[in-house]
Amino acid sequence: MGRSETVPSGEPDRPEVPEQRTGEGPYLQVRDLRVRFDTEDGVVKAVDGVSFAVERGRTLGIVGESGSGKSVTSLAVLGLHNAKRATITGEISVGGRQLIGLPEEEVRRLRGRDMAMIFQDPLSALHPYYTVGKQIAEAYRVHHPRAGKREARTRAVDMLGRVGIPQPAKRFDQYPHEFSGGMRQRAMIAMALVNDPDLLIADEPTTALDVTVQAQILDLLSDLQDEFRSAIILITHDLGVVSQVADDVLVMYGGRAVEHGSVEQVLRRPQHPYTWGLLSSVPSLHGDADADLVPIKGNPPSLINLPSGCAFHPRCRYADRNGDRSRTEVPELRAAGEAGHLVACHLPAEERTRLYQQDIAQVGVAR
Amino acid sequence: MTRFLVRRLLTAVLTLFAVSVLSFLMFFGLPRDPVSGMCPKNCNAERLERVREELGLRDPLPEQYANYMKGIVTGRDLGSSQGGRCDAPCLGYSYVNSEAVTDTLTRVVPVTLSIVIPAAVLWLVLGVGLGMISALRRGTLLDRLAIGFSLAGASMQLYFVGAVLLLIFTYNLRITPTPSYTSIFDNPVKWASGLVLAWICLAFLFSAIYARLSRAQMLETLSEDFVRTARAKGVVKRKVYGRHALRAAITPIVTIAGLDVGSALGGTVITETTFGIQGLGRTAVDAVRAGDLPTIMATVLISAVFIVVANIVVDLLYAAIDPRVRLR
Repeated sequence: MGRSETVPSGEPDRPEVPEQRTGEGPYLQVRDLRVRFDTEDGVVKAVDGVSFAVERGRTLGIVGESGSGKSVTSLAVLGLHNAKRATITGEISVGGRQLIGLPEEEVRRLRGRDMAMIFQDPLSALHPYYTVGKQIAEAYRVHHPRAGKREARTRAVDMLGRVGIPQPAKRFDQYPHEFSGGMRQRAMIAMALVNDPDLLIADEPTTALDVTVQAQILDLLSDLQDEFRSAIILITHDLGVVSQVADDVLVMYGGRAVEHGSVEQVLRRPQHPYTWGLLSSVPSLHGDADADLVPIKGNPPSLINLPSGCAFHPRCRYADRNGDRSRTEVPELRAAGEAGHLVACHLPAEERTRLYQQDIAQVGVAR
Repeated sequence: MTRFLVRRLLTAVLTLFAVSVLSFLMFFGLPRDPVSGMCPKNCNAERLERVREELGLRDPLPEQYANYMKGIVTGRDLGSSQGGRCDAPCLGYSYVNSEAVTDTLTRVVPVTLSIVIPAAVLWLVLGVGLGMISALRRGTLLDRLAIGFSLAGASMQLYFVGAVLLLIFTYNLRITPTPSYTSIFDNPVKWASGLVLAWICLAFLFSAIYARLSRAQMLETLSEDFVRTARAKGVVKRKVYGRHALRAAITPIVTIAGLDVGSALGGTVITETTFGIQGLGRTAVDAVRAGDLPTIMATVLISAVFIVVANIVVDLLYAAIDPRVRLR
């Protein structure tokens, strides 16, 4: 969300951005994350080898359809999966600390303090029986055991004010059902930020809100990021939101990363047919008003029986150009020309560029 | 709050009024001669006629009803053969029991209260506790045992469990005395030991149902978003369960418990019969068999009172648990 301030446009080599190089590396580093659930119907490979990193002050947008593994990834980072039902492997390092394999009690101590989460629907994510203030104060007191009731209250009221809730002292004693949708999401944000977390994960934070309120919430997140310099992961299926606030984008499909790069790269020069599909299915304000939206045909894949080879091949209009490889070989995430831009596709790079120019570039938020 | 109480009490009075009118019409308005049942033996035509006169059965029905209600509110004079002056709340005189119905009730209602209230406490603690534990230990041996227990409890009959308990504890092991009722104010130990088998029996069957119910409720609540939020805040597990999940899971159980306790207070016929204790339930059944109209009326009314009161208590508890419920 630091947008133009922190992302030099047309950046030659993103990892070399100087002010983020403090010697410690990215705040969050995920390597080859795999999350599996054993169910009666078979093993669900919800996340299948995903890697990414987020630095302080930067925002990574994770994009994909329902079931692409975006939420499962974020819950894994927070250690919120049931250890009995989910098998998690790979590396998750938060502030230099390796989370996978860490005892649950230690992960709990980090949760809410070093890393916090904002959920999609604030009405169901807030407890209906406790006042908003009490729930924020609880988040504070969990990690400040020596703080008294009054201190926690002062802190919570302060946070409510910071996220733009009028009359915070009065609002403290109200219940979630007495808040409007936008105010509830602000309260949720106040609760997530009450301990100044370095990593904030926002899981579709604006999906349940009115369009007018969405923009306010996104602005608020931006402002707070400037203030707190946290690393933010923004999970969404809304490419408009991504183009507005993210620095980097990770596109997921069937539990795998299919494209990864800066917003500029992924939204303006997308390399993966799935990303093209996402862009073509979004209406554009600037394009031809009569142009039809092009949906991606077919349905999201089953995570139990993922299509062989490239998981996207049954829905890809260019799959035939690769002969049998689409069906037999899983494409690796490889550098796609520009530095920092990665794509998992069998199509040769020149052909991708040509196809994009020829078939896709006339619609979508890309322009 | 006060307004809510006043309103609820008014509705309660209206409900009871409706119940009393209906049951009065049903019992006294039917073509069956109420007197034949009230004077079981040695009745000649002359005596029957006198009884009809004394009971006011010659008066039109509305007047009989008015007299009956007046008796409840202010008391009334019943005539020498019915014990003379009958103080409020006067529910009439039973020729079958040869006493004022109010006296019968003051004797048997405490018995039923003594059976139901401790049993209810037991079944709620046991049932809800078991349900919660098995929800939190889902899929473990403990969970399966609890499910087995509740399946057994839910499919058994009171008189069977009661008979087995009696056989084991009273006749074979001789740990408990033959079930009987002693007032708690006279001898608390004897009160408890005389009723303990009835409590266990009732609690076993009910807690089975409550264990299933609260297990399902708890599992549902644990998958709620706000429970995940609590975990995301870093709240310790014990408090996630105790403070965040339990309070939400318990709400529907309160409703069902209120209704169950209310209707159990109206009489636990099978329990009372199995253990040979004369409570409200048996008194009602006996009255029906003997055609003892004043007693039938009274037991119907008092059961209605219990249900209505239980409902008000449930509403109050609900408001205390869930802030979205406003008492107006």
